[in-house]
Amino acid sequence: MSDIEKSYSPGLATDIEKPIANPGIEPHRIRMTDKSEKHARTAEKQIAVMFGVSVVGAIIAIWGFFAFPIVDGDLAATRNNSLWMGLGMALSMFGIGFGAVHWAKTLMPDNEVSEMRHQARSSDETRAQALEIVKLADGESGFSRRKLIRRSMYGALAFFPIPAIIIFGDLGPVVGDTLKHTMWKPGTRLTKDPTGIPIKASDVTIGSVFHVIPEGLSEMEEHKLEEKAKAAVLLVRVNPSDLNEDPAKADWSYQGIVAYSKICTHVGCPVALYEQHTHHLLCPCHQSTFDLANHCEVVFGPASRPLPQLPIAVDAEGYLIAQSDFLEPVGPSFWDIRK
Amino acid sequence: MTSTTETSATDAKPGFAGGAANYLDERLSVSAVLKGFGRKVFPDHWSFMLGEVALYSFVILVLSGTFLTFFYQPSMAEVHYDGSYAPLKGAQMSIAYASSLDISFDIRGGLIMRQVHHWAALLFVAAAGLHMLRVFFTGAFRKPRELNWVVGFLLFLMGMGAGFTGYSLPDDLLSGNGLRIIDGMIKGIPVIGTAFSSGFFGGEFPGTEVVARLYSLHIMILPALIIVLIGVHLMMVIIHKHTHYSGPGRTDDNVVGYPLMPVYVAKAGGFFFLVFGVVAAIAATFTINPIWNYGPYDPSPVSAGTQPDWYIGWLDGALRLAPSGWDISIFDYVIPMGVMVPLIVSLLFLALVAAYPFIENWVTKDKREHHVLDRPRNAPTRTAIGAAGVTFYAVLWAGASTDLIATNFQMSLNQVLVAMQIMLLIGPGIAYFVTKRACIALQNKDREVVLHGRETGRVVRLPHGEYIEVHETVDKYELWKLIDYKDYQPVLARPDANGKIGLGNRLRSAVSKIYFEDRIAPVSKAEYELAHADHAPEAVTEKPKRKQKSINA
Ligand code: HEM
Ligand code: FES
Repeated sequence: MSDIEKSYSPGLATDIEKPIANPGIEPHRIRMTDKSEKHARTAEKQIAVMFGVSVVGAIIAIWGFFAFPIVDGDLAATRNNSLWMGLGMALSMFGIGFGAVHWAKTLMPDNEVSEMRHQARSSDETRAQALEIVKLADGESGFSRRKLIRRSMYGALAFFPIPAIIIFGDLGPVVGDTLKHTMWKPGTRLTKDPTGIPIKASDVTIGSVFHVIPEGLSEMEEHKLEEKAKAAVLLVRVNPSDLNEDPAKADWSYQGIVAYSKICTHVGCPVALYEQHTHHLLCPCHQSTFDLANHCEVVFGPASRPLPQLPIAVDAEGYLIAQSDFLEPVGPSFWDIRK
Repeated sequence: MTSTTETSATDAKPGFAGGAANYLDERLSVSAVLKGFGRKVFPDHWSFMLGEVALYSFVILVLSGTFLTFFYQPSMAEVHYDGSYAPLKGAQMSIAYASSLDISFDIRGGLIMRQVHHWAALLFVAAAGLHMLRVFFTGAFRKPRELNWVVGFLLFLMGMGAGFTGYSLPDDLLSGNGLRIIDGMIKGIPVIGTAFSSGFFGGEFPGTEVVARLYSLHIMILPALIIVLIGVHLMMVIIHKHTHYSGPGRTDDNVVGYPLMPVYVAKAGGFFFLVFGVVAAIAATFTINPIWNYGPYDPSPVSAGTQPDWYIGWLDGALRLAPSGWDISIFDYVIPMGVMVPLIVSLLFLALVAAYPFIENWVTKDKREHHVLDRPRNAPTRTAIGAAGVTFYAVLWAGASTDLIATNFQMSLNQVLVAMQIMLLIGPGIAYFVTKRACIALQNKDREVVLHGRETGRVVRLPHGEYIEVHETVDKYELWKLIDYKDYQPVLARPDANGKIGLGNRLRSAVSKIYFEDRIAPVSKAEYELAHADHAPEAVTEKPKRKQKSINA
C-alpha cells in the first residue's frame, strides 16, 4: 500500500497481497536516432522539410485571398477563395504540427521519468496554523461573539443582490392577453403568404392547400413576424362529405373549405405539410400529426391539443374572410392558457 | 547582493534570449516559475489527448469567432438584401442574416472563417464529451478529482450553450425555428413560463431583441465563463498532477511520463497545429450550415428533415419520444407534459452525471486518493452504468431522426417511434447487463493469463501421449498491469450503537451488493504461488496450463 493511501480509510476495499512486487518502470528502448548520428541527421532534415512545407501552405493561403476577388453573383469565386485559403491554412498548420511531433518523437529523449506526488491534504501543522488564523480573525473581529453584527450582516447580504435581479424587470413586457389574440378580426380577408393577395373561395379547388396570412400583414412595417408567428393559417378544401364537423362549428367552414392555425400546439413549429389522401397535417419538427377531417385532432406525435380552427365565411365579392379571431389561443400550451 | 547582477554581467555575453530572460526574472521571478513547472511530468496516452482537442478547438473558436465579430451585426432590424448572392437579392431579412451572408459572400476569408468556426464548435463539444467519457470509464473522477469532474461537467453544459446561442445568431430559417422550439418549451414551464418567454424575447416571439441578447451571451458571457472554468480545470490538473494507467512503476504516489520541457511542449504544441489543420481542411472541403440555402427566418415556412447541430439532438429526441396526452390540469391551469417530461428527464439525467463521483464514493466509502486509473474492465459495475448512460443518450439522440429513419428503412413513423420508446426504456438495462458480463469475462481471462500464461495456439504432444497447448508466461511488466487494480467487497448493513439499521445503511449495503457481489478479485500471492508450484522447472518460458483446462478441442 502506498504512502498516500495509508492515511485514509479504504472503505470497502479489500487488501489482497500482490503476487509480485512492483517491478518498476520498464527499461527504455533505444531508437535508431539514439544509436546513429546518421539517422538523427535524417530526422533533422525531415523536420526542416515539414517546417518548410508550412511556409508553402501559408503562401498558398495568401495567394488564395488575392487570386479570387469577390465577383458579384459569382459563387465560384467565393468557393475557390474559401477552398484555397482553407487548404493553405491547413497545410501550414500540418507542417508545424507534424514537424514538432516528429522532432519530439525522434530527437528528444523518450524515456519516461517518475515524479513523486503529494497528498492534496495539507500537513497537520499547516492545518493547525490555518485554523489558528481563522480563530484569530474571529476573535479580532468578534464575528462569533457579536451576534447582532453577524445577523444584520447576513440580512444585508441577503438583500443587496435583489435589486440586481429586479433591474432585469424590463427585459420584456408583462404578458397581458397578447398570447390569446391574433390579427384576425371579423371581416379580415384571407390572403396568400407571402404576397398578400386575397383569396376567392372559387380559387380553392378540392385538394388544394393555401398558406394564408391575414390581409395587411405583408405590408406591416413593425411586428410583422410576431403577428405572423400567431396568425399563420393553412387553408384546405376537402369534399364536404369527408368532413366530420362539430355541429356547433358547422358554419365555421365554407363548402368544404376549412382554415386551421398553422402553429403547432406542441412547441410552435409551422405545421406545413398536408397529405391529401389522408387529410392529415404533419408538423416537420417532431411529427405531430393532425386529422384535418376530424377537427384537427392529434392522431400522432407529442402535441396534445388540436389545431385551433379559424371560422371563415365569404364576403360580397366572393373573397374568403374571417368571421372572427381564433376562439382559443394558438400555438404551444402554457400555464394559464384556459384563463 | 550586488553579486547577482555582477555574475550575469561577467558571464559570457548573455545574448538576446539570456538578456530578456534576465530582464523578466528580475521583475517577475520567471525562473522560479520555470523551475517549478519546466520539468513537471505528464503521462502520455492517446486518451489523454481528448481534453487537449477540446481545449484547442476552443482556442480555434476564439480566434475564428473574433474575426467574425468584426463583420457580424447582431440586429434584427429589417433590410433588403443587396449582396453578391444572387438568389436572395432584394429579399427582406434581418441585418443579422444579411451580415452573415456578407461574411459568406462579400468578405474574402469570411466563408472559410465561418466554416472553421462552425466545425470547431462541433468538434469542441464532441471532444469534451469523449473526454468526459474517458474520465468516467477510467475512474479518473475519484478522490481528489471529484470537484474537477463537476467543473468539467459545467464546461460541457457551457459548450452546448455556446453552440446553441451561436447557431441562433445568423437568424436564418433553421436557427429561428430552433428558437421557436425553445420558446414553446419555455412557455410550457408552469407559472413562470410565459413571463420568462417575454423576458427572453423582449416581448412576443420572435421580437427584435433576441439576437442581440444571444450575441452578448455568445461572445461575452459564455466564453468568459468557459475561459474561467478552463482556467480552474487546468489549475486543478496541475495541483492534482495527471493520473496514469496502471503499469509497471506506476503507483498512487508517483506520476510517470514525459517532462513538460521539452518533450511534452513539443508534442502538445504540435498537436494544437494538427487539430487546427484538421479543422481547416474539413472547413475548406465540407460545407456546414449553408445558411444561404435556408433563407431568412419566417415563422411560416419550414423544410422537412432538418436537423439541429449534433449536440442538441438528444434534447430534440427527448421532445419527440415524450408520451403524448399526459397533460395535467390543475383547476383551470395546464401543465403541458409533452414539454415537461423531456425537460425533467434530461435535467435528471444531467444531475446524475454531475453527481456520479459522489454516488460511487458513497458506495465504496473509500477515502483514499486515487491516481492510478482503472482499466474499465476492472470496475465492471461502473463501466456497465456508463454503458447504460451512453445508451440512454444515444437513443434520445437517434430519436431526433425518427423521420429520417422511417423514410430510409420504409417503416411507419409510428413503428419507429414506439421502437425508440421501448429502446429508451430497456436499452440501458440491456447495455448494463451485457457490459458487466463482458467486463467480468475479460477479468477472468486476465486471471487465466496471470495464473497460467498466455495461450500460444501451439499444441504439443507430451511423451506419455497427452496433448497440451503451450502457454507462455507474461513478463513481469505485463503481469503487473494485470494484477494491479483495486478491489471492493459488498458491505453488510450493520446495526448502529442503538442496535438499529438505518435506512441509509440498508440502502448502501444493497447498492454495494449490486456493485461488488459478482466481483472478480485480483490474483493473490497465494493463488499465484499455488498455480506456479506444480511445474516449477518450465515456468520461465513455456509451461502447460492445468491439464483439464489446457486440452484444446
Ligand atoms: C465557446 C465555444 C463556442 C462555440 C461552441 C461557438 C459556436 C458557434 C456556432 C455554432 C455558430 C454558428 C456559426 C455558423 O453559422 O456557421 C457561431 C457563430 C458565431 N460565433 Fe461562436 N462559438 C464559440 C465561441 C465564440 C467566441 C469566443 C466568439 C467571439 C469572441 C464567437 C463569435 C461568433 C460570432 C460573431 C458568430 C456569428 C457568425 C456567423 O455565422 O456569421 N464565438 N458560434
Ligand atoms: S412543434 Fe410540431 S411537433 Fe413539435
